[in-house]
Amino acid sequence: MSAITARIDVAKAEGRAVLVGYLPVGYPTVETSLEAMRVLVEAGCDIVEVGPPYSDPLLDGPVIQHAAATALEHGVRVDDAFRAVNVVAEAGAVAVIMSYANLMLSRGWERFADDLVAAGGAGVITPDLTPDAAPEWIAAARERDVDTIFLSAPSTTRERMKLTADASRGFVYATSLMGVTGERASVGDAAADVVRRTREAGAERVCVGLGVSTGVQAAQVAQYADGVIVGSAFVKALGDGETWRRCAPRSRNSPRASGVRRDPGLDP
Amino acid sequence: MKSLVRLARDYTGRPSIITEVPRFARHAGGARVFLKREDLNHSGSHKINNVLGQALLTKRIGKKRVIAETGAGQHGVATATAAALMDLDCVIYMGEEDTERQALNVARMRLLGAEVIPVATGTRTLRDAINEAFRDWVANVDTTNYVFGTAAGPHPFPAMVRDFQRVISVESREQMLALGGLPDAVLACVGGGSNAIGSFDAYLDDADVRLIGCEAAGDGVETGRHAATLTGGRPGILHGSMSYILQDEEGQTQPSHSISAGLDYPGVGPEHTWLASIGRAEYWPVTDAEAMEAFRLLTRTEGILPAIESSHALAGAIRLGREPGSRGDAAGHAVWPRR
Repeated sequence: MSAITARIDVAKAEGRAVLVGYLPVGYPTVETSLEAMRVLVEAGCDIVEVGPPYSDPLLDGPVIQHAAATALEHGVRVDDAFRAVNVVAEAGAVAVIMSYANLMLSRGWERFADDLVAAGGAGVITPDLTPDAAPEWIAAARERDVDTIFLSAPSTTRERMKLTADASRGFVYATSLMGVTGERASVGDAAADVVRRTREAGAERVCVGLGVSTGVQAAQVAQYADGVIVGSAFVKALGDGETWRRCAPRSRNSPRASGVRRDPGLDP
Repeated sequence: MKSLVRLARDYTGRPSIITEVPRFARHAGGARVFLKREDLNHSGSHKINNVLGQALLTKRIGKKRVIAETGAGQHGVATATAAALMDLDCVIYMGEEDTERQALNVARMRLLGAEVIPVATGTRTLRDAINEAFRDWVANVDTTNYVFGTAAGPHPFPAMVRDFQRVISVESREQMLALGGLPDAVLACVGGGSNAIGSFDAYLDDADVRLIGCEAAGDGVETGRHAATLTGGRPGILHGSMSYILQDEEGQTQPSHSISAGLDYPGVGPEHTWLASIGRAEYWPVTDAEAMEAFRLLTRTEGILPAIESSHALAGAIRLGREPGSRGDAAGHAVWPRR
């Protein structure tokens, strides 16, 4: 069993969903982003997604686009993402990378997987790589027990849901809506439906991302998903120095929280 | 297909004519040079061939809104034209830098009823316009069809755009045969590569016809300031397909540079990469200066103002005509420019 599935199953046994936090490495600086990842772990993230910045983040909204552009201007490298993976793993959470495919292809699928394993990472989320186009990556990952995490979306057909569920390890990343990353006023009805259809296609563990930014939204999603993925809301907090100064010391002094509690007042 | 053929004839004005340009050809080593006049199409470029096909598809699948990216503005104008004709809402994404250097086309799109959204991220050119169009599409796919302008991007665009542009070479091949024989070479400029793939496709089995794509070499490939993807790039994934890309050693896309907004793109359609890899087509880098010289020459010798994009192919024709041992014969060279 992989570190990811083990972590999700422990949370399940505790009656909660895992909290997955996304941060781009190198924003606003490499050192601050590493510190922020430590804080996420201490504050209760079970899994941290490390995002190496990419020049053409076409699935990201303005917040993460800005973070990636800033990081690249500062000369952040893919190696910095592996450093971040190491920091997350040392801090006690499960580390995964969320990367656009060209950064992986450019390094070489096998070398990317090797570097991830060496850094203590458990898997890779590939938002712009579909399973049918990824035989080399899947082979490289399987050989090294690296989890391959593909995406399902409201528009995904039943046939492709099955392809995605079959090719994914760890969990399937279900997008709550059709759109790019970023905060939304509410989580729409489509999210529960995508999770249901992804499970019907054979996925055992499904986490929901895109547009989840508040505690209330996270608790809602935790009613039906195995994990809640929060990205832009954390990135925005990090970009806002004031919020960051307020949160960082507090989380270090507070007892470790864990994941996302299911709201007992909400029906599952 | 019947509707498309009818529109091509009654709306676009197909078949487009072939013009021989003898005064220009004197500067090309005496070879005979023929131009396939896609500039005379309604809306002023070859882009309309693809757009009418995709707009008909949009109607067929019941969507009410089209979006498109544009570099020089030709694809945006063509899309806005088809949207007006077929009563579709239309939004065009265009890099901010391109809206400035191609302001006239922005005005044309707006007159046609399209909303033009300048894209201020990244290099503020075609590549960023494509990123932004994808972001719109993924959010609005229930109502919106993305009318992609070039033979690149995710499947099925490279094949679909080629099939809609194929009419260029189907016509030109017949026209050249009627003029006395197949040409020695077909040249076309290559950015994403839609006019080039359309100009080459019907000749693929004619082994004696050289196919030459002219890439934008900007200030020169050796300066690093260029858009000559097949000359100066390496394999990678960009905008949903695997092809050649201008990128650094980490896989970050590098900014492209070209005087012509329509060729200022750091990727290229995957079929061109294929044709290059099997040796069926050649890809030549042509600098800004060479293209501008060819532009001036055609204008002054023939009274035809080519697009700066097409001028790269004209410069290629001059170079080809001057190649030792490649003096033009009766068949001559055919150049398919666009505007």
